[in-house]
Amino acid sequence: MLQKEGETRIPAGCAISGFINRSGRRTSGSVIVNSIACMHERSNGLGGGYAGYGIYPEYKNQYAFHVFYDSSEARVKTEAFLDRHFDVVNLSRIPIRKNPNITDEPLIWRYFVNPLPTKLADSQLDERTFVARCVIRINDRIDGAYVFSSGKNMGVFKAVGYPEDVGDFYRLEEYSGYAWTVHGRYPTNTPGWWGGAHPFSLLDYTIVHNGEISSYDANRRFIEMFGYKCNLLTDTEVITYIIDYLHRRLGMPLEDVAKVIASPFWSELESGKFSPEDTEKYRHFRNVYSSLLITGPFSIILGYNNGLMALNDRLKLRSMVCAEKGDTMYISSEECSIRTMCPDVDRIWSPRGGEPVIAELDKYAAERVGR
Amino acid sequence: MKIDAKNIGYSELNKIMRESDESRFEVENVLGQRYIGAGTTGKEILITGTPGNALGAYLNGSKIVVYGNAQDAIGDTMNDGAIIVHGNCGDTAGYAMRSGEIYVEGNAGYRVGIHMKSYKELYPIIVIGGKVGDFLGEYQAGGIIIVLGIGTEGCPVGSFCGTGMHGGEMFIRSEEAPKGLPKQVCCTEATAEEKEQIRRYIDRFVKHFKHNTDELLSSKFYKLIPNSANPYKQLYVNN
Repeated sequence: MLQKEGETRIPAGCAISGFINRSGRRTSGSVIVNSIACMHERSNGLGGGYAGYGIYPEYKNQYAFHVFYDSSEARVKTEAFLDRHFDVVNLSRIPIRKNPNITDEPLIWRYFVNPLPTKLADSQLDERTFVARCVIRINDRIDGAYVFSSGKNMGVFKAVGYPEDVGDFYRLEEYSGYAWTVHGRYPTNTPGWWGGAHPFSLLDYTIVHNGEISSYDANRRFIEMFGYKCNLLTDTEVITYIIDYLHRRLGMPLEDVAKVIASPFWSELESGKFSPEDTEKYRHFRNVYSSLLITGPFSIILGYNNGLMALNDRLKLRSMVCAEKGDTMYISSEECSIRTMCPDVDRIWSPRGGEPVIAELDKYAAERVGR
Repeated sequence: MKIDAKNIGYSELNKIMRESDESRFEVENVLGQRYIGAGTTGKEILITGTPGNALGAYLNGSKIVVYGNAQDAIGDTMNDGAIIVHGNCGDTAGYAMRSGEIYVEGNAGYRVGIHMKSYKELYPIIVIGGKVGDFLGEYQAGGIIIVLGIGTEGCPVGSFCGTGMHGGEMFIRSEEAPKGLPKQVCCTEATAEEKEQIRRYIDRFVKHFKHNTDELLSSKFYKLIPNSANPYKQLYVNN
C-alpha cells in the first residue's frame, strides 16, 4: 500500500515554473529541469514533478495513461478494467534511469488507449467525460492503483525527490514539448508520497501549486457532488477538479474561471472599480459558486493542451513572475529561474493577485499539434 | 575582489565574502543565490545578475548595489546600511526593516515596507521610483516610505494601502490620492515644508538614478500618516 497522508506537520515552501511556445515549437525537457534546479532551496526533496505537452506526437490521438501501481495485483485488476473499457494501442513501463536520490518507486506504467466505441456509446457520455469517469473509477475503486496522467499528447511525471532528480529519473531530456510545467515540493502538513507530488491532473488539465488552500474542505464538499472523488487528501487535487468542472463541463472561459476561484473582494465590487457589467458578473459568480472560491495562499500554473494559465491568490501571498521573449511565455516563482531558461527576455513583470495570465497556442500551431 | 558567482551556491558565496579581509566585492553572474550580504557590516557588494530572495536580510551597515532586478524580501529586518537596485524588486521589500535605506529605481511588488519600524535615531527609509503593488506600508510602525511613480499613470500604489498602519509616514507622488484607505490612515496633500523633509532622500535617489530633485518635488505629493484620533493602542484595553 502506498503511504498516504500522515500526521506529521512539515513547514512550507514550494517552487513552480513553466513555459509555452505559442507557435508549437518543441523544446527538450532538460530546459524545464534546469529552471527548477536554481530554486533548489524552495523544495525539500519530498516531491517533484513535471507536465509536458506535445510530447507524444506519434500517439497524439490516444489518451496517454500514466499509472502507479503498488503491486502486480493492482496492475492485473487495472489492466482488466482498461481492457473492458478501452482499446489499448500500446503499453509499456515508463523508461526510467536509476537515481540514488529516488527510491522506493512503485511500478510505473504507460498505456495509450482509445475508448471502446460500444462502451462509449452505451455510456451516452461524450468521450472526455467517459475517460474522466474511468480515471476517477480506477483511482477510487482499485486499491494500489493511481492514474496520475490521462490526457492526449501530454504526460505527467512525478516522484518523491528533488525535482531535478525526478527529471533525471524519468529521462525527461528524451522528451520534447511545446509547453512544460514543473513543481518542487516542500510539503505542508503531510509526509510526501509519490501520488501526492504535483502536478495533479485529469485529462489534459494539470496543476502545479505553491501554497496551502484553507478552503479545501468547502471546495471538496461542493465538487464531490459532481462525481469527483478527492482521494489524495491534498489541497491541489481539488483545484484540478474545480477547473475541470468549470472549464470543460460548464464551458466557462478561463478568465471567468479565475474570477470564480480568486474572486474580487466584496469591498472591491462595491467600490465601483469594475464596469457595471463586470460587477454584475462577479457578483453572480460569488453568489452561485461561493463554494468554489479558493482562499489561502496560492500561486498556480494550469496546463492544458491549448496553453498555460498562471494565477495568484487575490492577496498575492505567494510570488510569481512572468516574462515573454518572442513567441514564448515564461512563468516562475522566481525571476532567476526564468533567466536560466531565457537570459534576455523582452518583458518581465509580476502579475497582480487574482489576475490570470493566459498564453495559448496560436491557431495554426494548435491545428498542427492535433488540437 | 571580483567573484564569478556562476555555479556557486548561496552558502559558499556568502562565506567567501564573510571570511574575506577585503571590503569591496564585485559579484558577477548572480542567479538566484539567496541571503547575499545577510547580516554583514562595513562591506560594499556590487551585484550583476538576479540575486535571490532575502538580499541583504539583517543587513548591518553594508552597502549593496544591484545592476539588475532583485527578487522578494530585500532588506528583510535590516538594521543599517543601504540597498540600491537599478531595476525592479519583488514582494515585501524592507519587511520589518528597522533602519537603513532602500532605493529601487523601478517598480516594487506587494507589501513594500510591511511592518517597518523606528526607534529614536533608528529610522528606515524606502524610496521606490516606479509603482508598487497592493498593501503598501501594511502594519507600518515607523520610518518613511516614498513612492515616486515615475513614468506611471494614475496613482502608483495598489489597493489596501496602509492596512494596519500605526506609525511612520508615506509620501506618494501622484495627482490623485490612493483609493480605499482604511479609516485609521490620514491622507493629506503634502505641504511645501513637508516635501522639504524628504528632500535629502529624493536627492540620494536622484544621485543613484539620475533624475532631478526639484522637478520631482514640484509635483503633487500625498502624505499618509496614522490618524491619531483613532489609535490602535486602545483597541482592546485602556492601559
